[in-house]
Amino acid sequence: MATTADTFQAHDEHAGHDHHEHKPGFFARWFMSTNHKDIGTLYLIFAITAGLIGGAISGMMRAELAHPGIQYLGTFAGWLGVKDPSFDQQLHLWNVLITAHGLIMVFFMVMPAMIGGFGNWFVPIMIGAPDMAFPRMNNISFWLTVAGFCSLMMSAFVPGGTGQGAGIGWTAYAPLSTTGSPGPAVDFAIFSLHLAGAGSIMGAINFITTIFNMRAPGMTLHRMPLFVWSMLVTAFLLLLALPVLAAAITMLITDRNFGTTFFDPAGGGDPVLFQHLFWFFGHPEVYIMILPGFGMISQIVSTFSKKPVFGYLGMAYAMVAIGVVGFVVWAHHMYTTGLSEDVKMYFTTATMIIAVPTGIKIFSWIATMWGGSIEFKAPMIWALGFIFLFTVGGVTGVVLANGGIDDNLQDTYYVVAHFHYVLSLGAVTSLFAGFYYWFPKMSGRMYSEFLANLHFAIFFVGVNLIFFPMHFLGMQGMPRRYPDYAPAFAHWNHVATIGYMVMSVSIVIWLVNILYTFTLGKKAPANPWGVGATTLEWTLPSPPPFHQFDTLPVIADDDHH
Amino acid sequence: MLAAAAMLVTSGHAFADAPAMKLAANHFTIAPGGYTPMKPTAGKGMPVDGAIGFQAQYSPNGEFALWMHDAILMPVIVAVTLFVLALLVWVVVRYNRRANPVPSRTTHNTLLEVVWTALPVLILVVIFVPSMKLLARQYQALPANALTVKATGNQWYWTYTYPDNGGFTVTSTMLKPADAIARGEPPQLGADNRMVLPAGEPIRLQTTGSDVIHSFAVPSLWFKLDAVPGKVNERVLFIKEPGVYYGQCSELCGARHGYMPIAVEALDRPHYNAWVMSHDGAKIDGGPSAPADATTPSAH
Repeated sequence: MATTADTFQAHDEHAGHDHHEHKPGFFARWFMSTNHKDIGTLYLIFAITAGLIGGAISGMMRAELAHPGIQYLGTFAGWLGVKDPSFDQQLHLWNVLITAHGLIMVFFMVMPAMIGGFGNWFVPIMIGAPDMAFPRMNNISFWLTVAGFCSLMMSAFVPGGTGQGAGIGWTAYAPLSTTGSPGPAVDFAIFSLHLAGAGSIMGAINFITTIFNMRAPGMTLHRMPLFVWSMLVTAFLLLLALPVLAAAITMLITDRNFGTTFFDPAGGGDPVLFQHLFWFFGHPEVYIMILPGFGMISQIVSTFSKKPVFGYLGMAYAMVAIGVVGFVVWAHHMYTTGLSEDVKMYFTTATMIIAVPTGIKIFSWIATMWGGSIEFKAPMIWALGFIFLFTVGGVTGVVLANGGIDDNLQDTYYVVAHFHYVLSLGAVTSLFAGFYYWFPKMSGRMYSEFLANLHFAIFFVGVNLIFFPMHFLGMQGMPRRYPDYAPAFAHWNHVATIGYMVMSVSIVIWLVNILYTFTLGKKAPANPWGVGATTLEWTLPSPPPFHQFDTLPVIADDDHH
Repeated sequence: MLAAAAMLVTSGHAFADAPAMKLAANHFTIAPGGYTPMKPTAGKGMPVDGAIGFQAQYSPNGEFALWMHDAILMPVIVAVTLFVLALLVWVVVRYNRRANPVPSRTTHNTLLEVVWTALPVLILVVIFVPSMKLLARQYQALPANALTVKATGNQWYWTYTYPDNGGFTVTSTMLKPADAIARGEPPQLGADNRMVLPAGEPIRLQTTGSDVIHSFAVPSLWFKLDAVPGKVNERVLFIKEPGVYYGQCSELCGARHGYMPIAVEALDRPHYNAWVMSHDGAKIDGGPSAPADATTPSAH
């Protein structure tokens, strides 16, 4: 790669000046954007904003859960404009908070950041394409996501049954989400998912088309960087899973408003049908949230070990395997709904099989580092943290996979601990790793290595303090989605709330670091990471020119990963 | 949703009943002195503050599941996590820039890749065997004459119906925290009327919901079964010894989801019978006076 990269870089620096003149004006550039890097930036700004809101909501929840009893929900209800909230209205607000936190973090933070943000920014560059295949569709994907977020926010201010807002959980199980929640709030929340889902489906089509048709000469599928592989698999999961969600929530809408009875037994429907449809989407969704993280970690581990990825093909096809098997394990979210013995046996077996390709990924990352000459820059430290935390979240998944064991753990804090280890500590840690990895490229300036490491250290301590004790709470039987609890759950809940306070300090440090980068940060070279950084984005200046690859790069035969 | 309650159907899969069991010698004995609610034992059948494991188990399946978790799953997941951690520490110490200035170019090792694919498969097989056994035990067919009790989830309380004992219904609502403490019960777990069950015999526990989905869960009995409107779920419950066992609704069901506890009181047969007979029109199940039922012939 090195030879082509060098000649290419020289070419682009020369051509760079022309392009700055062709940049559109502020409004046209940011509100009518068709440039994949600008849209990626918009997605990242949006995801950070939504993430801070979703994170503030978890702060409200942790404050309420610091001690047994109801302390703050009345105050929070006042913030939303509810005067003298009744006890039931306060409790309803709790359900609104858990619903909003889940939906925001899944649909408006992790997905936009990984797919919309880093995917848009780096998939075209990494395959040597000038832009995404459908730039205008790319733009509408973003603005539909924003519209969806607005719809979700609005739902908090309209009636939703017992109180204001949609209190149905992110899973929106019928009949709580149909007959159980009169008022427009749930319709707003469902519409929000329709909009975000439509945006994501268009995004998926865009990525698949781009990756299949716009690779530079010599960039065969088996030479693509693993981040691009992860985005390709993710895009297929989105394309196949999201229409099922759209169907399920459309049926919710018609059950709620137009007299259908898809999920109402009084009309021959079945509430459990909704759960099958939801989780047929919902389980691939969890891989949608983690696969791009896998891709980023592969790039980072290889870069800072100064070694190509170990077992490249195994890594790529492990992701394909995870994606395929991810579609046939959905009912492990429904072990207590009354499934038959055979069904539980099948889903137990199928679910456990996912541990195999996941293990291949973990071991291949370690083998990539093995024999390397590792440089512990911030992205690498975050990647190491990811590998460990994701392993912890993965092994509790093996426990939960057992249908008979899950009978005691289903809907307890053990499940909350498990999925936050793979998402909050897994996906989000990989997002921070990717952020520090690519921020110099995107911004053109270097962040503070000290602040980035401090951010990691405090974040690592904080999130483990929050979520590790939740395993204990779950095993002792504390159910999820409770605003109040028996005094016997007080100790570990208190520890978790302290953990949240620690974690929130790390987020402040991160924001300070962003500020530092834009004001005092040193100018970033084209490749700040040295010989290990072999993918095409490091051949372009930092930040890359508005239009890249006027002449397509040629990927040499000797290139391997 | 009331219409739905009238249209209840049993869930799709048919449970084949096992032959009737022989009733215990004291099955029809009624303990003298009526019924007084049992005082819960601290730490039994309830969570313990600061604990880091499961609650002690009081059902045979619960004991098996707890054994499987503590003896198989925990050692495996702890070993895997520590192994990954050890490898990470090793590469950090041995292969950092100073210790290893020149990186190797190794990118393949077929044997290694086969081993780290095959070894996890073997570990999963070790987990698979007891996992299937546990499921089989949980779905064991019930004796035809086992006592049937139905738990119905409502927003936001439970009702327990005893069709074999004359069909009376008990309504169970959470005690106010002050009342719970006054009665010596854990706050938020204590209920005004408990679900009383006989200990030492298999019980056919059925669950359903009257409005939205609830979930009937008792951690110390390793039992959780959703209460779904329009559907009756059924599972065997066997409580080994008398005691009070607490649980909580485990499916989001609206505003007071956190305030509809489950309090199960298991009594020996004579005392259970005494509790049953304290209700109007009650009768002891399994007796010759039971109405003729083609599927549950009397054991006598």
